[in-house]
Amino acid sequence: MTDAGITADGPPAPTAPGGPGVVQRYGMVAVFLAPAIVVLGVWIVYPTVYTIVRSLFGASGWDDFVGVHNYRTLFSDSNLRTAIKNNAIWVAVIPALVTSIGLVFAVLIERIRWSVAFRLAVFMPMAISLFAAGVIWRIQYQQDPSLGAINAAVASVKNAVSPPGVLSTASPSTKALSGSPQKDGLQLRSPVRKGSVALLGVTAINITEIPKTSKQAVKPQPDPSGITGVVWRDFKPGGGKPGVLEHGEAGLPGVTVELRDSSGHSVATAKTGDDGDFVFPSVASGSYHVAIGASTFAKPYGGVGWLTSKLITPAIMIAYLWVWAGFAMVVIAAGLAAIPRDVLEAARTDGGSEWQVFRRVTVPLLAPVLSVVFITMIINVLKVFDVVLAVAPESVQPDANVIALAMWRTSFGGVNDFGLGSAIAVLLFVLVVPVLLLNVRRFRREV
Amino acid sequence: MTAAAEIATEAPTMPAEPHDSVAARIGRAVAKAPLQIFLILVALLWLVPTFGLFITSIMPTSLVSQEGWWKFFSHPSIATFSNYRALYDNSTITSSLRTTAEIAIGGTVLPILIAALAGYAFAWLEFPGRDILFVVVIGLLVVPVQMALIPIFSIYDHLGLFDTVLGLVLFHTAFGLPFAIFLLRNFFVGIPRDILESARIDGASEMRIFIRLILPLGLPAIASLAIFQFLWTWNDLIVALTLARNTQPITVAIFSQMREFGTNVDIIAPASFISLVVPLIVFFAFQRYFVQGLLAGSVK
Repeated sequence: MTDAGITADGPPAPTAPGGPGVVQRYGMVAVFLAPAIVVLGVWIVYPTVYTIVRSLFGASGWDDFVGVHNYRTLFSDSNLRTAIKNNAIWVAVIPALVTSIGLVFAVLIERIRWSVAFRLAVFMPMAISLFAAGVIWRIQYQQDPSLGAINAAVASVKNAVSPPGVLSTASPSTKALSGSPQKDGLQLRSPVRKGSVALLGVTAINITEIPKTSKQAVKPQPDPSGITGVVWRDFKPGGGKPGVLEHGEAGLPGVTVELRDSSGHSVATAKTGDDGDFVFPSVASGSYHVAIGASTFAKPYGGVGWLTSKLITPAIMIAYLWVWAGFAMVVIAAGLAAIPRDVLEAARTDGGSEWQVFRRVTVPLLAPVLSVVFITMIINVLKVFDVVLAVAPESVQPDANVIALAMWRTSFGGVNDFGLGSAIAVLLFVLVVPVLLLNVRRFRREV
Repeated sequence: MTAAAEIATEAPTMPAEPHDSVAARIGRAVAKAPLQIFLILVALLWLVPTFGLFITSIMPTSLVSQEGWWKFFSHPSIATFSNYRALYDNSTITSSLRTTAEIAIGGTVLPILIAALAGYAFAWLEFPGRDILFVVVIGLLVVPVQMALIPIFSIYDHLGLFDTVLGLVLFHTAFGLPFAIFLLRNFFVGIPRDILESARIDGASEMRIFIRLILPLGLPAIASLAIFQFLWTWNDLIVALTLARNTQPITVAIFSQMREFGTNVDIIAPASFISLVVPLIVFFAFQRYFVQGLLAGSVK
């Protein structure tokens, strides 16, 4: 203690092998590293070992050793097989699609002045949760075209091509009319000829479908050289008498009436007026049938069932694509910006077309970036969970099942089989590891 | 790669051609028109769904289940904030928003603090086995959260951490650490050795160097990490769904409102919109750092 210089410089314990201040120095390392080591040990390392061991035991706990039985169940249980199959589809479709869309966007935005705005728009979904993104799409996917935006868009195209009929719900008021409305329309049983007046009474019409221009139905005068008639709503408040045109019953305008010859071919058509009347002027003599055409009864478009078992996985994938395309675009655009301009210019000057330059120069130079995006997307897709839970209604979830969702449902969704749940988690782990190791190798190269 | 990475960076402009005639310029603009129109449509496609959610959220409750949001524009006067008002009075939603904020802030600060300490040790302290340990830590990136849910669920049950903010924060901390340590260690390594050496010669302790030098110099990396971690924890569903029941963040609260048929869109739409406003603000305010972090290693 007398020699201050020794205590300052010299080792406190001469036996310590590492030279001066070993305990202090390693103590310092421990202070810096201990929190991380403890947290990683307790929350990641220990649980990983636990889950692997737990997967060898049954649902009831540690006294129920089942060996690899849970792993057999993975591939025999139909729910889990659907999950694995769906996840395989996800891996086959999404990484390639996201990478290509990102590449296309990245290349195209180099040619516009407002690329910043475009990037922000497409990248924006990356900031919000996959769950909220799922909710957004779930609302747009509603089947009723008056509620779901996507079906509304589909319906507006579809209805423009084949418009819905004036009377989509109507049925005959008496036996005088027969036929199946949507298929071949409603035809008057008794034949007509020149000078006849045809009465076509229909009922069960949705009140909203009656055109506003509709007036009191009028029985038209016979036309000696043609055929006249009326299409009317054979119903009035209180009922009315079926088959009889009464006061208070409305004519149905805009209905297509067909005149059919004896073999059933339509020889003429007419549209009804505001009071429901129609006329086929100057008809050749012979026997005819009058019918309301099938187009009058065409149902309005009912919408695509996006949220049904057949389409649910593609529907979820669209939502997922919407989220991740921005990621791919931004990363690939950064890679693109790093390509020396003169390389591309040289290729162009050498007479390469835009497509050739893209195919033979840009894409090969981007290969490392593209593979990073592709690999990252494989990992993401293997773990897909939130978006499935958000988009798929509960009754359709078995059809949309994926590994991560099956793991959660098995372990916490009522079944509470921790053994099988652990086995599913291990499966996920085993699938993710090799893919991620590719990325980690890239890390180490960067280190 | 990183330098050119920000979204807001202008794409490299084509070399100017000063001898252009007006006709040539118009010709080029016309040739580009299909591309422009295509990209405008794409951009709209990306914006419309979120916009639709917002419009849905300001429609009167009675109309939401009867007509789609686009019909709003034929009578915009129906816009109402009554759905938001109702949420404000809905204690489940308000408390879930508070919980979300607590989880996100805790789940951002704690892992960054721990990772900065470890990152410094891996970058600038000498000890045997350092590089192997570092690789092991990065290797933990391969572990999906699903591997930890079951054991942590059991542990939390015993420790009383189930259904607590702290429990969720610690879980997010652990799974944020490997990436955070990787990112910060690599950033810290780039700090010039001279600065540290001279501080050490001046007699500064390692802790002092860490607080006074490393943290301020590491701010850019810490910032991009913070945004990542914040968004990740704010947007989490699976961890909170598993490890909490009443202490639920907004995603779980919305999830528990989901029904087979969207009859309560009047709650789901505004709640979802609120839940995504915060991340959007963070994203637009700090998108520069966000993209930098993304490019530094997008593996989570």
